Amino acid sequence: MILAFLVWAFTLFVTAYFMFTTWFPPGINAHAAAYDQQFRLTLVITGVIFFLAQMALGWVMFKYGDDGKRAEYSHGNNRLEVLWTSAAAVLFVGLVLMGTTIWASVHFTDPPADSMVIEVNAKQFAWSFRYPGPDGKFGRTDLKLINDSAGNPFGIDEKDPAGKDDVVSSAVKVPVGKPILLKMAARDVIHNFFVRELRLKQDLVPGMIIPYHFQADTPGKYEVACSELCGLGHHQMRSVLEVMSEADFAKWMQEQLAQKQ
Amino acid sequence: MSETSATHVAHHAPTSFIRKYIFSTDHKVIGIQYWFLALFSVFLGMGLSLLMRFHMVFPDAKVSWFATLWPKGAEGGIMTPELYLSLMTMHGTIMVFFVLTTAPQAGFGNSFLPLQIGAEDMAFPVLNMMSFWTTFLALAVLVMAFFVEGGAPLGGWTAYPPLSALGAVAGPGMGAGMNCWIVSIALFCGASLMGAINFIATLVDLRCKGMSMMRLPLTCWSWFVTAILSLLGFAVLLSAGILLLLDRVAGTSFFLPAGLVVNDQIQNHKGGSPLLWQHLFWFFGHPEVYIAILPGMGVTSQILSVFARKPIFGYKAMVYAVCGIGFLGFLVWGHHMFMSGMNPYTAMAFSILTMTIGVPSAIKTFNWIGTLWGAKIRFTTCMLFALGFVSLFISGGLSGIFLGQPALDLYFHDTYFVVAHFHLIMGVAAIFGMFAGTFYWFPKMFGKMMNETIGKIHFYLTFIGVYCIFTPMHQLGMAGNPRRYADFKEFEFMGQLLPVHTFITWAAILTATAQVLFVINLIWSWWKGAKASDNPWEATTLEWTVSSPPPFDNFAGKHPVVYRGPYEYAQPGAPKDYTMQTDPT
Repeated sequence: MILAFLVWAFTLFVTAYFMFTTWFPPGINAHAAAYDQQFRLTLVITGVIFFLAQMALGWVMFKYGDDGKRAEYSHGNNRLEVLWTSAAAVLFVGLVLMGTTIWASVHFTDPPADSMVIEVNAKQFAWSFRYPGPDGKFGRTDLKLINDSAGNPFGIDEKDPAGKDDVVSSAVKVPVGKPILLKMAARDVIHNFFVRELRLKQDLVPGMIIPYHFQADTPGKYEVACSELCGLGHHQMRSVLEVMSEADFAKWMQEQLAQKQ
Repeated sequence: MSETSATHVAHHAPTSFIRKYIFSTDHKVIGIQYWFLALFSVFLGMGLSLLMRFHMVFPDAKVSWFATLWPKGAEGGIMTPELYLSLMTMHGTIMVFFVLTTAPQAGFGNSFLPLQIGAEDMAFPVLNMMSFWTTFLALAVLVMAFFVEGGAPLGGWTAYPPLSALGAVAGPGMGAGMNCWIVSIALFCGASLMGAINFIATLVDLRCKGMSMMRLPLTCWSWFVTAILSLLGFAVLLSAGILLLLDRVAGTSFFLPAGLVVNDQIQNHKGGSPLLWQHLFWFFGHPEVYIAILPGMGVTSQILSVFARKPIFGYKAMVYAVCGIGFLGFLVWGHHMFMSGMNPYTAMAFSILTMTIGVPSAIKTFNWIGTLWGAKIRFTTCMLFALGFVSLFISGGLSGIFLGQPALDLYFHDTYFVVAHFHLIMGVAAIFGMFAGTFYWFPKMFGKMMNETIGKIHFYLTFIGVYCIFTPMHQLGMAGNPRRYADFKEFEFMGQLLPVHTFITWAAILTATAQVLFVINLIWSWWKGAKASDNPWEATTLEWTVSSPPPFDNFAGKHPVVYRGPYEYAQPGAPKDYTMQTDPT
């Protein structure tokens, strides 16, 4: 009996709380808006099931206590079984299918041809990002030339002219509204690139180059958190995604190139 | 006649203490041994989780006895992040393998499968003894990892390579400690395989006269399907573990690709794939979730029917649902890998199959509520835990509807939302199943009744406590807080979430403290509890036809015969409101 009231109170509180609060940071592009909508839909559907199922559980406890009489003799009801089996199947599979467009836009569609390409290199506990510079070409790299203290985490080969104007940064800076294609690689163990405001997450796996494309429509600074356990400094593996105006980005790029001279 | 007497000679009770209580081949003793092993492990695992919760909220606190316990990991009494990660790895490993896999299946299954099907013992009693002692050895090797050079491993219970395959260069604990971990898991796999064969053979061969498959209690169905899952799953984990060990000690490259640069050292490996481990691991790892929860579902079904005084609603649907979960459980492992870099098209197939597995789970929930509808519920402690199981199963199951969609997993993967989900459904719900089973079967195992007053207070504190711990974790997940972070000082947005973490830590400390009541209850009941009758709950299954505790050969030389299904409660016209399975009329 006490348990019935406890379950009811908990259910009412949780349903109300999760329906009327939001813990997501505001999204910064169309993908994030679509994501939030799919989340909302799932929240409402599971919320209704949660509410009804827990309330029913509370109800049977409240209503059907032992009063010394015999219980109802029933071994079940096949029509009910078929009904709730098919209802659950339609609802659950339907939800997945409704979310496919979001997954498809991330993974099945190619990034626009004019996307800005940035290489990502993750290592135990730091991020590095490489821009091709004015020539639009990434220079040759060699594992043996990797030298973090000398500012060469990618192992760029100085002898290759295409690499002379490559810009390496520890934060990822992008112009607002521009399609971006990250080519992501990890040097030692698995890492994960996660920006909350983009509603996107992807593992970086040694031996693989994994594409990750997005566009950010709101200028600002957003934290990048490693989201795959990578060792003792995992919790400190932070970078920043900085979304800048076109002009600011160009200015920053000029400064970086000037420093290299 | 000569055959009968030969069996009796073989089943004489041993007289020496060692053969009776330590190297016993009696399934009832082995069941209790497993149960004690799990009890020790669950308190160890819970202790580790409290240390973790403490460190997350007070990362800079100086505690002198930390330094005593871990002179290197907590020099000067301040816990290091690597110590935090090793506690986390050990917490997960101990809980998943030595608690969730051990108590519900090997513990209760050993104790009650032979009794419920009317057998004298398991099919292979000596093999049974070996599987327990191998499990014990596995636990000893795992705990040893704390004491070797570098301490316990920090790669998590999933042990993803390259981190787990590179050796000490990847971090403290990834040398000798990681080797201990792999050896321990390999031993555990061996023990589980022996157990699985034994369970399957016993259920198939040793059912008494009249015990057809469709008259089996749902507990037996759960143990049977779980044994099949163990047989197929642990075989794969064992192979994967051996490959991982070879990568570490024999220079092979099953999981290591070319071009690795660790700590500025170029590694001499090429040709392997880190994703291969994830496929092998989760091919075991997902069925493992059902290995942990199916026996809990079985116990819950059993207890709900007994204390509702009503037949289980839709027995056949329940059987098909258990089999369906078992089958589909092998087809959904990829939903752990949506973000892993595997082919994104496969995510569609895995997600649809994942949602499909929600259907038999929903059937079970509806049938439980159907069982209670029109019932005459007796609110004993074990019934409260079974009801709590249903509530937790609903809550924990529904968050799976978010995570099973690859689109939504783009944000939720590896956040606290996942931690909340699997703790509710696989951790706490399964543990409620164990509590329910303990209160239900303690009279049969030890011949004494447990104290109901202490039991109920313990139940309410635990029920409120676990919801206070795990409900706010969903919020943390929505706020994007990643899991497996030693502290939250580096990130601005996580700093803002610290009050939620603090609340969870206090809730965890209080809930853990409440578990002292359970220990007191066990000791008190064992020592001073009221003597249990043969059938204190007025249940119908075979274990309640014999004395508490049962005689050495279970049925005192008689061969039970079964005439009906296990859930005949409230039958109109019957003399009592329950009819034993052995009742011929």
